Parts: sequence; C-alpha cells; structure tokens
Amino acid sequence: MKKVDAYQIVTNIIMILWTIIIIAPFLLLFMSSITEENVLVANGYSFFPAKFSIASYAYIIRSGATILKSYAVSIGVTAVGTLVSVILSAMMAYPLSLRNLPGRRVLMFLVFFTMLFSGGIVPSYIMWSNTFHIKDTIFAQLLPNLLLSAWNVMMIRTYFSTSIPDALYEAAEIDGASQIRIFRIIALPLGKPILVTIGTFAGLGYWNDWTNGLYYISKNKDLYNVQNLLNQMVQNIQYLATSTSSNANAAAASLPATGIQMAIAFVAILPIMLIFPFFQKYYAKGIAVGAVKG
Amino acid sequence: MSNNGKEIKSGGKTEALKRYWPLYLMFLPGAIYLFINNYIPMGGLIVAFKSYSAKKGIWGSAWCGLDNFKFLFSTPDAWVITRNTLLYNLAFILTTTVVGIIFAIFICDCISKRAQKIYQSAILFPYLMSSVVLGYIVYAFLSNSTGIVNNTLLSEPINWYATPNAWPFILVFVNLWKGVGYGCLIYISTINGIDTALYEAATLDGATKWQQIKNVTLPELKPTVITLTLMSIGRVFYSDFGLFYQVTRNSGMIYSTTNVIDTYVYRGLMEQNNVGMSAAAGFYQSICGFILVLLANQIVRKISSENALL
Repeated sequence: MKKVDAYQIVTNIIMILWTIIIIAPFLLLFMSSITEENVLVANGYSFFPAKFSIASYAYIIRSGATILKSYAVSIGVTAVGTLVSVILSAMMAYPLSLRNLPGRRVLMFLVFFTMLFSGGIVPSYIMWSNTFHIKDTIFAQLLPNLLLSAWNVMMIRTYFSTSIPDALYEAAEIDGASQIRIFRIIALPLGKPILVTIGTFAGLGYWNDWTNGLYYISKNKDLYNVQNLLNQMVQNIQYLATSTSSNANAAAASLPATGIQMAIAFVAILPIMLIFPFFQKYYAKGIAVGAVKG
Repeated sequence: MSNNGKEIKSGGKTEALKRYWPLYLMFLPGAIYLFINNYIPMGGLIVAFKSYSAKKGIWGSAWCGLDNFKFLFSTPDAWVITRNTLLYNLAFILTTTVVGIIFAIFICDCISKRAQKIYQSAILFPYLMSSVVLGYIVYAFLSNSTGIVNNTLLSEPINWYATPNAWPFILVFVNLWKGVGYGCLIYISTINGIDTALYEAATLDGATKWQQIKNVTLPELKPTVITLTLMSIGRVFYSDFGLFYQVTRNSGMIYSTTNVIDTYVYRGLMEQNNVGMSAAAGFYQSICGFILVLLANQIVRKISSENALL
C-alpha cells in the first residue's frame, strides 16, 4: 500500500522542479516572441516583459513570404517523406518476418549491417552531390539519410513476427491469397500500431532535420525548411558579430528582428506541441520497445 | 539475430522461389535505397587515401597513401577532437543513466497516476526538439546582451560564447535536459514489468523504501542499464552534431572545448574545403566506431543474448 509520506513529498517536489525546468525555457521562448522589440533590445529576454506586442507574428503572416514558403517546404517534405518511409519500411520488414523465406538471413544481414558500419558524411556528401546531383533540388530534403532506417525496419519486422497470430496467415494461405494480398489485408492493418510509431519517428526526423539543408541547399533558398531558415539567421548573426566587411550589411539587412526570430522558432515547435498529446503514446512505446528488442 | 518469424510453407527451393518472388520484389525498393544511401558511401571511404579532386571524383583522384592521416595526426586537432568526443560521451552516458534511473524510480513510485503522466510527458518533450530550436532556447539564456543569465542573474556579464571552460558544464546539462527522457522511459517500462510480488515480499519483511530500491528495483534494472550503456559505448566515437554545432552557435572562440569529430569533419568539408583531412577524420571515426560497436555487442550477447543486435 502506497501512502503519502516524506518520500512521496520529496520525490514529487523534485519531479515538479524538473518539470518546471523543462517548461520554463519554452515559456521564455514564447514570451520573447510576444515582447515589444524595443523592450527586448533594452532589457533582453524575460519571462515578464514590460511591454507586449504581437508584431512578430503579424510580420510572419503579413510580409514573410520566405517564412511561409519554408513552412510549406517543411510540411510538404514531412508529409511525403513520412508516407514513403513507412511504406518502404513495411515492405522491407514483411519478407524479413517470414521465417522460411529462402535467403532471409542474407537479406536480414544486408539491412542489419547498415546499423553497424557507416561511411560517414564525406563520401555520402560527394556521392549525393556529384553522382546524383541533388544539390539545390527538393530531393536534397527528402533523400539523404532520412528515408529509411534499418532500425525501423527491424522494429516492424519484430512486430510482424511476434504480434500477428500465425493462424491468420495460415488461414489466408489456405484461402489461396497471394503473398502481396496477405501483406495488404493482414500484416498492414494488424501492424498499425507499429506503423504509426515508425511514422512518428520518421515524421519527427523530417520535421526537425536541418543537416540536409545545411549540406545540400546552398543557392536555391526557396527550398529551405523552417529549421534551415532558423539556422541561417543564426549564421548571419554570428557573421555580423565576427565580420567587419561590407558584406555584413547585406547579412544585417536580411536578418529579421530578435522577436521575429523567436516567433519563428516558436512556430517551428508549435506543430509538435499540438500533436504531441496524440503521438506521445506511440512514440514512447516505440522507444521502450525499440531500444531493448531492436 | 533471433530466429522467430512466421512459418511459410516451402516445398523445393525452386518452387519456393516461384511462389515467393513477390516478397523479394517488395524488399527491393528499400534495398536499393540502403545500397545507395549506406553501402556506396562505405566504399567511398577510400577517399581518405586519395588526394581528392572534385573534377576527377573519388575513383579518378590519385592515391596518396596515408598522407591525409599523417596531416591529421600531426595537428593538435586530432587529439582535441578525440578527447572531446570521448569525454563528452562518457559524461553524457553517466549523467543520463544516473538521473534517468532516479527519475524513473520517482515516477513509478508516484501515487498520483495523473502526476506520473505529466512527468513522463515533460521529460520526453525536449527530446522532440530540433537542435536548431535547442540552440535558440540556450541562446535566450546565454546571449551576451539579451540573455536572461547575463541580464538578471549576473552583475558582471560573461561572454558565454567566448568562454571555453563553461561549455563542458553547459553541454552536459543541455544534453541531460534534452535527452534524459529517452533512457528514463525505457527504465520506467522495465520497472513496470517487475513482478509486484517481489515488493510485497520485501514489505512483509519490513524493508524500507531504500532497501526495496537497492535490493529489488536496481537489480531488476541491471540488465537494461547494462544493455543501454553498452549500446551507447558502441557509439562513443559519434556525437550529436546538432548539439555541438547549433547549441554552441558554431562559435570559433570555444572550439577547444566544443570541437568533436563530427563538427571537425563538417568544417573541413564545408567551411575549409579540406576534403582530405575531413575524410581521414571520418574514416578514423567509422573504423573506431565499427570496432567498438562489435565489441560492445559481443559483451551484450554474453550478458543477455536476447538484447544483442546480432
């Protein structure tokens, strides 16, 4: 029987403090985004700004063609990338879940080896840019690294082979269903929980990615996603801080005010905040299952 | 690799092939992707032994033996980035494991189910942020002129992005803030799986809370902790590029304590156009990483084979 004792009080206080430590920075980000620009420059970021203003958000909506375009890229790439990723992963995992498939061990190893060894960014970068010429195309946001992960394939495979009853497959085989039909009418619908989980992994991977843009998008800034836009603003600030050349003026001119930067950052995490309650369960389960079972 | 899986009927080998070719077809698109995205770059690692010229490509460039490595290891950078990468990772493993276990125990012992849910959501949330946003958040605290730390907490402002000695602490804390939820969720699911009879028996024997934790919870957590730790050790040559690039704002003044192999490779490749050195560092990382993953996995397999990767 658990009762409210000193242990309960102390541990709850610690956890409440940590929860505040987690929430406070997001609150600061939000408060900064609704602080009047002059107050922000004079007093710095604050939880209790002297003067509020929604000018930053008005700016994003009104004149921020670049900003809105970057959201469109983020949303489009995340949607397409996630969908393709889940389909490809499931298609790859299903054959691997069939014990008697000839050559299964070899195929498994092909997938699995990519978890152990990696060529790293230098050869990847050279290949994607010089062989496939994806630089400054939308494929740069979609293809490198994010589309398929061996880890996800392994998780789906394990789910298919442990959570779907054998009898269902047998019944379908007796009915003369083809393998593709069995995949479609049994494995996919019954595997929905794991596919949603993998979808949250892939979706978050796409939404949060900024490295592909960093490496592969240099000229065509229309293809920046939100994260790339935020990153570019940081680089411009750093450039301003260290440079005295006349180019600095150009960088300064293209730099939105501090409050607007914080507003963009806040809107970048807004979708995650909004859908977090819905996908949290799947995501958390994925972590617990994936880490221990692979 | 475990051998569980669905049984499919197989007659002779050719018959099976005839019957199951659609399955191989299903496997193919993903396999092509892995071949391009993962396997070709593995072969491309030979660029570390070449004097790379963009015109001639990896294959056409002239061999240069170990020159790239000689250059790399003759600079102090090689030592600095190795030291930083390894020490940061060890500090990250230690802090997230210890704090993760403590939080997991606290959360599981919490009486209020509702509070449990809130704590769990809270610790997971920062894990879902992109490093770019993380960088903005840290900047709101540490910025020179507008940061909340310099403005409200300190009388004498500190130029954080030019103070190398502060960064080991900042990065370890930021990593904990962001990452503790990941391990914690795994520990929570392990603790929830512990047979409650063990606790009931302990209570009957008059065990205190601390004795229960020490004699029941921790021993039951041990296999999970060992597995997770070894898996992290298998990756100590890799770091979270975003953490070391975005959170530090790529500030040159603090490279001595924030440069890791991943940021070094990036800068060589994209900022200094020094492909040779970058490739050598990348090769060094790939090989050391591979050896460590294999070693770590061997040990996991010895301890608890069902958790081993292969």
